[in-house]
Amino acid sequence: MTVEQIGSEGKDQFPIGMRVLAVDDDPTCLLLLGTLLRRCQYHVTTTSQAKTALKMLRENKNKFDLVISDVHMPDMDGFKLLEHVGLEMDLPVIMLSANGDTKLVMKGITHGACDYLLKPVRIEELQNIWQHVVRRKKKDRCNSGSKEKPHPDSGEAAGIGNVDNNGKLNKKRKDQNEDEDYERDENGHDNEDPSAQKKPRVVWSVELHRKFVAAVNQLGIDKAVPKKILELMNVEKLTRENVASHLQKFRLYLKRISCVANQQANMAAALGTADSAYLRMGSLNGLGNFHTLAGSDQLHNAAFRSFPPSGVLGRLNTPAGLGIRGLPSPGTIQLGHVQNSGNPTNDLSKLQSFVPGNHNTNILQGMPMSLELDRLQHNKSVGHIGELPTTDSTTVFPGSGNLVDARITGFSNNPLLGVTSNSLMLEGSSQQATSHTSVSAIGFQNGNALSDFTSIAPASNQLQDSKAGSQGQASPINCNAGQIIRSAPQEWNAPRKDAPYQSHASINSSIPINSAMIQLGQCLDRNNSIFHKTTDLDSVGPLNFVDPLSIKHGEGDNSIMEPSVIEKEGYLMFQPRPHGSHVPDNIGSLEDLASAMMKQEGGCNGYSLRTSI
Amino acid sequence: MERNPMRRQLASLRKSLFDQGYLDEQFMELEQLQDDANPNFVEEVVTLYYRDSARLIVNLDHALERRPLDFSKLDGLMHQFKGSSSSIGAKKVKAESTLFREYCKSGNAEGCMRTFQQLKKEYATLRKKLETYFQLARQIGPMESANRPK
Repeated sequence: MTVEQIGSEGKDQFPIGMRVLAVDDDPTCLLLLGTLLRRCQYHVTTTSQAKTALKMLRENKNKFDLVISDVHMPDMDGFKLLEHVGLEMDLPVIMLSANGDTKLVMKGITHGACDYLLKPVRIEELQNIWQHVVRRKKKDRCNSGSKEKPHPDSGEAAGIGNVDNNGKLNKKRKDQNEDEDYERDENGHDNEDPSAQKKPRVVWSVELHRKFVAAVNQLGIDKAVPKKILELMNVEKLTRENVASHLQKFRLYLKRISCVANQQANMAAALGTADSAYLRMGSLNGLGNFHTLAGSDQLHNAAFRSFPPSGVLGRLNTPAGLGIRGLPSPGTIQLGHVQNSGNPTNDLSKLQSFVPGNHNTNILQGMPMSLELDRLQHNKSVGHIGELPTTDSTTVFPGSGNLVDARITGFSNNPLLGVTSNSLMLEGSSQQATSHTSVSAIGFQNGNALSDFTSIAPASNQLQDSKAGSQGQASPINCNAGQIIRSAPQEWNAPRKDAPYQSHASINSSIPINSAMIQLGQCLDRNNSIFHKTTDLDSVGPLNFVDPLSIKHGEGDNSIMEPSVIEKEGYLMFQPRPHGSHVPDNIGSLEDLASAMMKQEGGCNGYSLRTSI
Repeated sequence: MERNPMRRQLASLRKSLFDQGYLDEQFMELEQLQDDANPNFVEEVVTLYYRDSARLIVNLDHALERRPLDFSKLDGLMHQFKGSSSSIGAKKVKAESTLFREYCKSGNAEGCMRTFQQLKKEYATLRKKLETYFQLARQIGPMESANRPK
C-alpha cells in the first residue's frame, strides 16, 4: 500500500494513484495530511505556499486531479486560491479548516469548493474524495456536448455508481474519451463520450456558426425556426435537432449580451474615463482585459477609455464602445486598424466577450463593451445580428462572434460561456494562439462553460476539449493571475484546430489591442499567426473578432496585434504591462475585476461575490 | 524479556495520557499511520508540532503585550495554533485554545491573558510527557510498534 506500488498515473486503478495537491501553511497539518493521503494510495504533492501551488498547477494543468487546501494561509487566502483554481484549471478543490463555522463553509461552497472538511481530518473522510474528481469529469462531459447525447451521461452515471470497477471503468472511459477527443481533433465531434449513442456530436465550428447566424439574420431572429435555418444553412449531416439546440443557446447568448451590455453601460459609467477606470473597466468588461492587454500604448487604452461610460450596448456608439474604434489613445494604432475594418469591434467584443463568465463574471461584463466597440465600429456587423437584443452585442455574435458570443453569453451566466472571467478577455486572443494562450480564456473555465459556448460558438466543443486540455495549456498568456484567462484559452485553443475558429480567437486577440491585447497579445502572438490565417473570420464580417486585430480587417495582419499581444504576462489584469496598463499585476486584479464585474452584474456571478468586492 | 516491563510501562503511560485527557483520538489516528514504512511517524509529527508551534507561541506572547490588544489578530494566531494542536490530538491544549478564542471574540483581555498562561502550562506539560513516552518507546525499539495497542 505504499505509494511506490501505485503507478504514477494510476489511471487504470483509479482512485488509486489519483494525483492530489495538498496545500497548507501549517507543517504539522501538512505532514499529517500528506501521510493520510498517501495511506489512501493517492499520489500526493504537498506545498505550504498557495502561490507555489498555483504555479505548479499552472505549469501543467493536467498534473493534478484534485486540490486540497487550507483556508487560512498567510500568503494567500484559501478562498482566493480556490477561485483561481476553479477559474483557471477547473479542478475540484476541497477546503480544509479547523474552523467549521457555517459562514465559512458557505463561503467555501459559494466560491466553488466541492467539499469542506474540518481539521483534524480523518482518513475515512479522505478515502472518498476521489468522488469529486469523477463527478466533475462527468459533469464536464455532460456539459461538453451532452445536450444532444444523453447516453453518455447515463453511461457515466452508471459507471460512477459503482465505485469500484465501474468507477475505474468510468474513469477509464472518460480518459479514453478525452484522449480520443484530442486525437480526433477539435473539429471532430465532441468526444466527450466515446459512446455517442445517439448521433455524433456536432461541432459548431466558426464556419458553421457563421452560417447559422447568417441564416438567422436572414430569417429574422423572431422568425428563425430550426427547420428553416437548417434549410438555409444547407449543411450536410446537420439535423434539425442540432440547429434547434444551437438556436436555443444562441438566444440565451443574446439575452445575456443584452444583460451584459446593460451592465457594461453601468460599469462604464461607474468607471469613468480615467485610465485607471479603464483598466478596471477593461478588466471588468472584459474590455478591461483589453486594457491590460493593451498595456497603455496599445489601442486598448484608447479603446477602453472611450469605453466606459456608455452602457454596454449603447457603447458602440459612445466613445466607450468605440473605445476600440476611437481609440484615440496612443496604442490605438492597432485599433485604428481595427476600426477601419470595423471588425476591430468584433475583436474587442471578442475580447470582451471572453471575459470569463464564470467566477468572475465580471469580465463578461467587460465583454459587452467589446461588443459594443465592435458595433460601433461596424455597424454592419451589428446588422447581422439583426434582431438580437443588443445589437451591439449581437454583432459580436454572428459569425466570428462565436468566440465573442460565447463569451458574452457566458458573461452573465457562466453556463453559457463558462468562460472564466479572466479568460474571457484573454480568451479571445488566446484562442488563436497557442493552444495555451489564455486568451481562450473565453472563460471556459469549466468544461461546462465550454459546452455552452459551443452552442454559441463552435468553439464550444473545442472549449470543452480545451478545457480538458487547457488544463495543461494554460496558455502562455497567463503568466499571472491572468491565468484565468489562460485557462480559458486552452480550451479555446483546442478548437483552434478549426481554422475559422481560430480566427476568432485571433480576433479576440486583436481586440485586446488595448490592455486586453496585452494579455491576449501573449496569446495572440501565438495566435496571431492564426489570425492571419483565419481570414475566414474576416469574411465573417464585422463581427469577426479576428478582424480588428489580427486580421487587420481582412486578412488579419496580426502585426498590429502582435505587439500588444506579445508576451505580456499579465493576462488581463495581471499583466504587468509596462505600458501603463493599469492592469494590476497581481492576482488581486482578478479580484478587482471580479468585483467590478460583480458590481455590474449585480451578482450575476456567484463568484464575483467572493472576489474582493 | 526485559522489554516486557518496559512495554507495560509504555502502555501504561500511554493509557494515562488518554485517561487524563492530555490526548484524544486523533493521537490514535497518528499511531495508525505509523507502519514499517513510517516507523517513527508519531514522534516525527509531534516533534514538528512543537517546533512549529513554538513560533506561534512567541507571536502570541508578543501580541498579548501590545496595548490595546488586537483581538482579531490574536484570534487568527490562535486559530492556527488550534489547528496544529488538534492535528496531534493535544486535547487539553486544544481546549485552552478554544477558550482563548472565545475570550477574543468577546474582547475579554483579562480572559485571554489568563487562558494563554494556562495554555502554555498545558502545552509544556504535554511536551514533557510525550518526550518521556517517545524515549521509552525508542528504548523498546522497533518491536514496540508491533506490540503497541492499536
